[in-house]
Amino acid sequence: MNAGLAQRNPEASSTRGVMAERPDVGKLSVRNVGKIYDPEGAAVVAVEDCDVEVEAGDFVAIVGPSGCGKSTLMNAIAGFDTITSGEIMLDGVPLASPQLAPRPGPDRVVVFQHGALFPWKTVLENVTYGPMVQGKLSADEARIKAMGLLGECGGLDRVADTYPPQLSSGMQRRVEIVRALMNDPSILLLDEPFRAMDTVSKTTMHRHLLQMYRLCRRTIIFITHDLEEAVFLADKVMIMTSRPGTMKKSLDITLPRPRATDMLTSEEFRELKLQLSATVHEEAKKAFVRGEREQA
Amino acid sequence: MSAVEQDVKTIPPAGRATGRTLRPRRLARFVPGWRGTLSVVAFFVLWDLLVRWELGGFAHISSPLAVATAFVEGYLTSADYWMSWWASFQRVLYGFVAAQLLGIPLGLLLGTRPLLNGLFYPVIELLRPIPPLAWVPLSILFWPTTELSIIFITFIGAFFIIVINVHDSVRSIKKEHLWLAQSMGASPLLIFRRIIIPSVIPSIAVGMTLGIAVTWNVVIAAEMIASDSGLGRLTWEGYVSSTGPVVIIGMISIGLAGYLSTLVVDIVEKKMMPWRKGH
Repeated sequence: MNAGLAQRNPEASSTRGVMAERPDVGKLSVRNVGKIYDPEGAAVVAVEDCDVEVEAGDFVAIVGPSGCGKSTLMNAIAGFDTITSGEIMLDGVPLASPQLAPRPGPDRVVVFQHGALFPWKTVLENVTYGPMVQGKLSADEARIKAMGLLGECGGLDRVADTYPPQLSSGMQRRVEIVRALMNDPSILLLDEPFRAMDTVSKTTMHRHLLQMYRLCRRTIIFITHDLEEAVFLADKVMIMTSRPGTMKKSLDITLPRPRATDMLTSEEFRELKLQLSATVHEEAKKAFVRGEREQA
Repeated sequence: MSAVEQDVKTIPPAGRATGRTLRPRRLARFVPGWRGTLSVVAFFVLWDLLVRWELGGFAHISSPLAVATAFVEGYLTSADYWMSWWASFQRVLYGFVAAQLLGIPLGLLLGTRPLLNGLFYPVIELLRPIPPLAWVPLSILFWPTTELSIIFITFIGAFFIIVINVHDSVRSIKKEHLWLAQSMGASPLLIFRRIIIPSVIPSIAVGMTLGIAVTWNVVIAAEMIASDSGLGRLTWEGYVSSTGPVVIIGMISIGLAGYLSTLVVDIVEKKMMPWRKGH
């Protein structure tokens, strides 16, 4: 498959060079992070004592029920929102703390649940926007890099001049992943990117995402509530619970890479999935009891 | 490989991507099929018959043939008639363009600056419900010439619509778009130019479409009330001088003028939104 793509698209072969390997970046530490929303005095604890340690280049999935604070945590890491306690560090540099103003940056780009391509820009213009704005690449360099990455991501270079609304949602989401990678981020934040997709498209997306991951080996934080997806993609699955949102348990996924679709039916996969789902249910039950107690 | 091919094939053909395309384009509506032709012919026949039979109020209405004859003989080559077109078009153009030039920046300003919004938006909300024609007497008192007062009323007709459209659209820009632009290192100025402006262009287009329609409404009424030129005046004079065909020539001219303006606005809108060309 790759050979075919590379032949059609000579620039694709240079992608590996353009997307330099940076095995030592992307170590994320989330320590005791808490977030209290306080609109008009009614303090709502969204996240409390949340700890996450992610090694450079790891693929970590965070699962949890809706409303457990996954997106709050993601927004704090991305620098879109403040935290009220604790600290977030990326490669030893503080990213967020109660004293720091939120500061987004090209080192951690988010792919959103509902998609956020700029509809008024073509695929190519969307993808080259980051490096061009930052002045990191010239228009030509950006185009070559973009065409390479788009090509690797399932032949998207063929739709480079198309406007996003004309693409299927799967293609749109892949373009977004490429747009994020174009910034050469230390960490890629994926906020339930495949949530609204049917199983077949999801499987295609997983294959493309894993392919991109193999290619650039960046730290990925992947938020989802699909347990199977989490096990199939990640090196480690962290389980977030609600009331308040916090990280209780994690599960190491020992499946070898590269991951292939036939692993979905393997004994090992089934075992891990059962284990994960048992833990999730246990935590959900505890959270429910905590909720009941709160109400009482 | 086959999966890749299949995936690329899922690109919908341009123009079928969204339900928007189901709406027929303005031009398509003007090319009628046999049913359309039949209904238009029937309309004229019925009109003619009702006038011939002098049914009720139709006794005072001219027949289609009388209108056509009067038009060809007295108006088609008359400089005065075409000056009426020019007078009305000029007023619509000045009023409409001034409304866009002032209204779009004001909408952007109020939409992006909470402080200014708090200070000035209530005034807009206060003035907005006043129909443009209610401004006529005040406008005549205020402006030194009738011409300026009519242009002003026309301006009012389009101004509030565009301000409110732009204002609302700025405030409903997807926060993900702004966040992403920030993530990728865009400065506030760049975010304004490259994210906020393109985001509001569709709303500017809507504001312009609505605005041009209101502008024609307003200019015709204002001309009937206060002016001695223009298509509105022509129609009114037809009534005053009891020349039936002129009333209808005026009406048809106004309809045509409004339609032509909408076509122009449509073309401008398409130029503003190249990313919608497939639709």
